[in-house]
Amino acid sequence: MTDETGSAKRTEIFNSLCKLLMPFNYSGIELKPETDISADLSIDSVTVMDFVMEVEDHFDIEIPLNILSETRTMKDLVKVVEEAVERRELV
Amino acid sequence: MTDLFEKHKGIVERFQRMMAMGSNAVGVANDRVLSPTRAIINGRETILAGTNNYMGITFDKECIEAGQRALAEFGTGTTGSRIANGTYSLHVELEKNLAEFLNRRHCIVFTTGYQANLGMLAGLAGPKDTIFLDADSHSSIYDGCTLSGAKLVRFRHNDAGDLARRLARLEGDEGGRLVVLEGIYSMLGDRAPLNEFVDVKKQYGFQLLVDEAHSFGVLGPNGRGLADEMGLEEEVDFIVGTFSKSIGAIGGFGAGNHHMFDTLRYASRPYMFTASPSPSAVATANAALRRLKAEPERRVRITRNSQRLFDGFKALGLELGCDRVSPVIAVRCPDETSTVIMWNALLAAGVYVNFAVPPGTPGKACLLRCSVSAAHTEADIDRIIGLFGQVVAVQERQKAVAV
Repeated sequence: MTDETGSAKRTEIFNSLCKLLMPFNYSGIELKPETDISADLSIDSVTVMDFVMEVEDHFDIEIPLNILSETRTMKDLVKVVEEAVERRELV
Repeated sequence: MTDLFEKHKGIVERFQRMMAMGSNAVGVANDRVLSPTRAIINGRETILAGTNNYMGITFDKECIEAGQRALAEFGTGTTGSRIANGTYSLHVELEKNLAEFLNRRHCIVFTTGYQANLGMLAGLAGPKDTIFLDADSHSSIYDGCTLSGAKLVRFRHNDAGDLARRLARLEGDEGGRLVVLEGIYSMLGDRAPLNEFVDVKKQYGFQLLVDEAHSFGVLGPNGRGLADEMGLEEEVDFIVGTFSKSIGAIGGFGAGNHHMFDTLRYASRPYMFTASPSPSAVATANAALRRLKAEPERRVRITRNSQRLFDGFKALGLELGCDRVSPVIAVRCPDETSTVIMWNALLAAGVYVNFAVPPGTPGKACLLRCSVSAAHTEADIDRIIGLFGQVVAVQERQKAVAV
């Protein structure tokens, strides 16, 4: 994959994540790549897990909870989704 | 230097907001406990409707005598782990009796119910395995999963189709697969649709563990829990339970038929690296088990009481945790503030229920959670319904008028 298609793909994932996160963004803050999903949005651990379930369904991927514990920002999550989608497409 | 408590500032603020509206809903002190259903709280005799004391056995004469005898004969504590000096004839006897009660070949006793889940999950699954857990699982299941080091996959609550999708996505993964369900979920009182999960098990193949913490003693023709009620015990590989609810003591257990089950005693850290349950706790658990076996009418009484409370709440127009009657009956409230206010009003009127709010509850639910006991009288149940009618239904009506 070239850098360009890679970054286009990441932007697309980021935009999808923003849409999926809308129902959980109670404080309505602006979402940036460096936004900390739990701390900046003031949502608890269970809500983060519920949001991730929506992400899993949308992309038809699995994001094990173990990975989630190291995923803090939107940018981190984009990377996790990108890798999982790639793995699925390899199969 | 960062103060370690800095991260808890949010909790402190939330706690202060609650205290500004009344008393501490998450730190009630029972000054005296009079019976399984009565205590003195804030100087007032209070009906207990949030104790998980399902069989109402905590003041049973035989259980108390068994505990007293064990205290006198074996001392106050074991001062050691099961794999060192902490195994007494009492522990061995309880494991044998429980295995018999559960109709399982093997049973291991743990020091608390929390540790039973930690011990079973971390003993069964390792870093190469995958645990599939229901989204609404109790924290002890989440913590046990984390301790195991296994890959953790969370599926939608009570959704066997969602589990199947996830199993399919991960097909080809190496290692074992363990699916974890609960008989009765502690917050909303709903049961796992075990038959649907068993169908998925037949299709995909995995080992199945059911935590019967809230259903042991309560459900099934033999009081063994949900699998007993649904006639699916053979499909359940492992069950976990606790002594702190129907058994009225403290401790927990895991049981199964696997020929290597007892290996967990040498592989499960929460079993190995903690002191064994105290002689009196084990002796009262043993006596309580005998009582449950000898008195199936306790199950009849709790079923009747649960139905009565459920019907009474329905008649008041309250929104409940689920549509299936169980001893866990949760009343849904609009938000945290109204829940705190109503909880205080109920306590002041003489009934204790559990105050339950997110993230301890599923789906952001704010709950006044009741648990019914076989020891409640019909008059107790009617009094609880009456007080909810005064406190909760009135608030709901006011809200309806305001809208």
